[in-house]
Amino acid sequence: MQMPAPDEKAIAQRAGLIDDLRAIVPGEGVIADAAAMRVYESDGLTAYRQMPLVVVLPETVAQVSEILKLCARRAIKVVPRGAGTSLSGGALPLADGIILGLGKFNRILDIDFDNRCATVQPGVTNLGISTAVAHAGFYYAPDPSSQIACTIGGNVAENSGGVHCLKYGLTTNNILGLEVVLITGEVLRLGGKHLDSEGYDLLGLLTGSEGLLGVVTEVTVRLLKKPETARALLLGFPSSEAAGSCVAAIIAAGIIPAGIEMMDRDAIHAAEAFCQAGYPLDVEALLIAELDGPQAEVDHLIDAVKGIAESCGAVSLRISESEAERLQFWAGRKAAFPAVGRISPDYYCMDGTIPRKKLPEVLKRMAELSSHYGLRVANVFHAGDGNLHPLILYDANEPGELEKAEDFGADILRLCVEVGGVLTGEHGVGVEKRDLMETMFSETDLNQQQRVKCAFDPDGYLNPGKVFPTLHRCAELGRMHISRGQMPFPELPRF
Amino acid sequence: MPETWRPENADQVTEAVRWAVGEETPVDLLGAGSKAGLGYPGQAAHRIDLSGLAGINLYEPDELVLSAMAGTPLAEIEGLLRQNRQQLAFEPPDFGPLYGGAPDKQTLGGVLAANLAGPRRIKAGAARDHFLGVHAVTGRGELIKSGGRVVKNVTGYDLCKLLAGSHGTLAAMTEVTVKVLPAPEKTRTVLVFGLDDETAVRALSQAGGSPHEVSGLAHLPPEAAARSAVGYVRDAGAAVTAIRVEGPGPSVEHRCNALKTELGGFGAVEELHSHNTAALWREIRDVKPLLGLDGTALWKLSVTPMRGPAMLANLPGARLYDWAGGLIWLAAPPDTDGQAIRAAIGAEGHATLVRADDAVRQAATIFQPQPEALAALTARVKNSFDPHRVLNRGRMYREL
Repeated sequence: MQMPAPDEKAIAQRAGLIDDLRAIVPGEGVIADAAAMRVYESDGLTAYRQMPLVVVLPETVAQVSEILKLCARRAIKVVPRGAGTSLSGGALPLADGIILGLGKFNRILDIDFDNRCATVQPGVTNLGISTAVAHAGFYYAPDPSSQIACTIGGNVAENSGGVHCLKYGLTTNNILGLEVVLITGEVLRLGGKHLDSEGYDLLGLLTGSEGLLGVVTEVTVRLLKKPETARALLLGFPSSEAAGSCVAAIIAAGIIPAGIEMMDRDAIHAAEAFCQAGYPLDVEALLIAELDGPQAEVDHLIDAVKGIAESCGAVSLRISESEAERLQFWAGRKAAFPAVGRISPDYYCMDGTIPRKKLPEVLKRMAELSSHYGLRVANVFHAGDGNLHPLILYDANEPGELEKAEDFGADILRLCVEVGGVLTGEHGVGVEKRDLMETMFSETDLNQQQRVKCAFDPDGYLNPGKVFPTLHRCAELGRMHISRGQMPFPELPRF
Repeated sequence: MPETWRPENADQVTEAVRWAVGEETPVDLLGAGSKAGLGYPGQAAHRIDLSGLAGINLYEPDELVLSAMAGTPLAEIEGLLRQNRQQLAFEPPDFGPLYGGAPDKQTLGGVLAANLAGPRRIKAGAARDHFLGVHAVTGRGELIKSGGRVVKNVTGYDLCKLLAGSHGTLAAMTEVTVKVLPAPEKTRTVLVFGLDDETAVRALSQAGGSPHEVSGLAHLPPEAAARSAVGYVRDAGAAVTAIRVEGPGPSVEHRCNALKTELGGFGAVEELHSHNTAALWREIRDVKPLLGLDGTALWKLSVTPMRGPAMLANLPGARLYDWAGGLIWLAAPPDTDGQAIRAAIGAEGHATLVRADDAVRQAATIFQPQPEALAALTARVKNSFDPHRVLNRGRMYREL
């Protein structure tokens, strides 16, 4: 992965920059010592590491605004960072840029049960929001696996999902308002406790923009009442085709479960060995289907799904009869990543989405790729919405294996695009999938995305080197080559 | 009359926009033209009628996805979905009659361009939440795509969100992909009678904060209730507060009974069954109870749900509350000053003048005015798609 060549002029300014930052953020909020900066050198994509120029941890919106103005004035790049759990390198530092950490923005500002929303600072963890409102029976719906650590600001930047987004949506469907600081230092408020934008939906645009457009300093989220109950089915199938048909049949019957997860044989065995969840070991595919809502509805739908699973050839079928049993069904799935980590020195987690019916074809070709590269792959899959998480097993201490794993991963993502899917379902493009963007988008498509970036950050100071494979100067993107021409399609009727 | 072109494919749309760019002359975009009354009146000498880009290209019910040309009539799409017991869950309103036209004319592209959503907005989201992918011709005359056909997708900026609600000022959509969802097996409505507006939004807040997964929370003050086509509502002789419950049969019965008990303290309660329920929520969706009030200007207010009644206390005009009070339709006297409405809302929402006589529209500020920095960013975003401002120039903001 090639990052843009560091700007020597920026690096040469380091001492002066640190002084200026200390004038804005006094005390320990500016971290310039190499040992202390070390914790910021990578995010959840640990294969990539880079020491930043300096780390700054502001505590107020005014400080964020002053820092961004300073960086624009000095032509210094800025990498915003929440908890650093990104799996795509979204918070990977730049040698010639600062890390702008939002960790000190960790306060819950307002909880409004009457209007079913909460306003929080971006450094509050995803789970922290749900915990803060749990006493009144409310929660925040999106639940990425890293929810104990990841922050809501990072969730907004990445448009994070989770196992329940089939029914409840992604981050973008669950936030109502943002406060965001532009590179100019201007502070904008988008949305609030009301619904829908009064103009262009910039809140929707910023969600999932991976820190390239602005720095989020406040988030208003929608709160939901906790469902009365939740029950799960644990279904074993003799083939992934049968499991896939079962998912399709459930949805065709008009049932949208809160979540449907699939695991393949390798993932089942790894998870079972790791935490003894009671998974059947003689099946090729395992489904966990969870129904939540009013008790009467869940009991009714559990029966319906049971019938569908039987007619789709489930060879093992269990229904949770208690909360403890439901959690046990989930325990293996939730531990799938560490479980795979135990059977292999390293693993590389991919994140493509495919049209669900293409699953058997994709799994077959993934098996072929697996033997081609000589690397094993275990699959966990958000089956309801087609989001694949292949885990490629490798050993970073073996020379060349990391590169092989990355090539294998890239082939999987190309395959996802080829069958009508996309490069990333919820982890973001970051640096990881940056160079694959052209498999999904034309140059025209990408240039238009970059023009939108130019509307926010014309000099490209915010998180450069992420998302876009080729960086163009905004002036160059703005040019148009259209000459005066003929009236369009003279052959067509006019009215 | 402006000259109208009716392209039949994306290349012809591109050609038309390029011509406009070359001439630096604006063109107005329209689908079926059913919402031409929304925004400032079109001024361009040329129009591109996108209704020729019609047809459903892909519909896979068990993948919950549908792609269609942007000019496809919504009625055709909803008809096909109904056959498969599915729906567009955001419940797109039909504003044809609101603007004095016929019902069932609008196109899917038009619904998305205006980001319209009905009562189920509170549970299922708006049009923008169901808009998965797009092909569109920008104001630079370039055909671009964004998004895809899968729900879970964070690859690149979400330009669908930007195009939803942009009223054709950024790009001419040619083909769109939307998420579809199962239609509910059963629908019922709990009615509470005789509540004043303040009490009603409290009742709605309580129902919305219950675990009963309500999918509609509306309040019809006496004047609106009296204009309902549903007998139970019209003949109540009082305000009617409505709470909708959808889902499998046993679940709906259970939740309706629970809501009747929980809301019984607010006033007399009644239950509406399928047929009347459908009629009531359709008329709320389409603002029917406030139509035909002669000489009024219709405002759409999006506000903090519980704050609406207090904000509007000193403003005249009939009103209808949806989205738990977060959406207020106000049929105001035509001389109502938009500034007074916006001052009442303050920073807790926004107001749009949805329908008024041409003279009133010309003089009014139709969309919520933006603070300086936001207005400047809006202009830069517009320019990034449409630097010569050829597409629907002046539709949302006079200078854009």
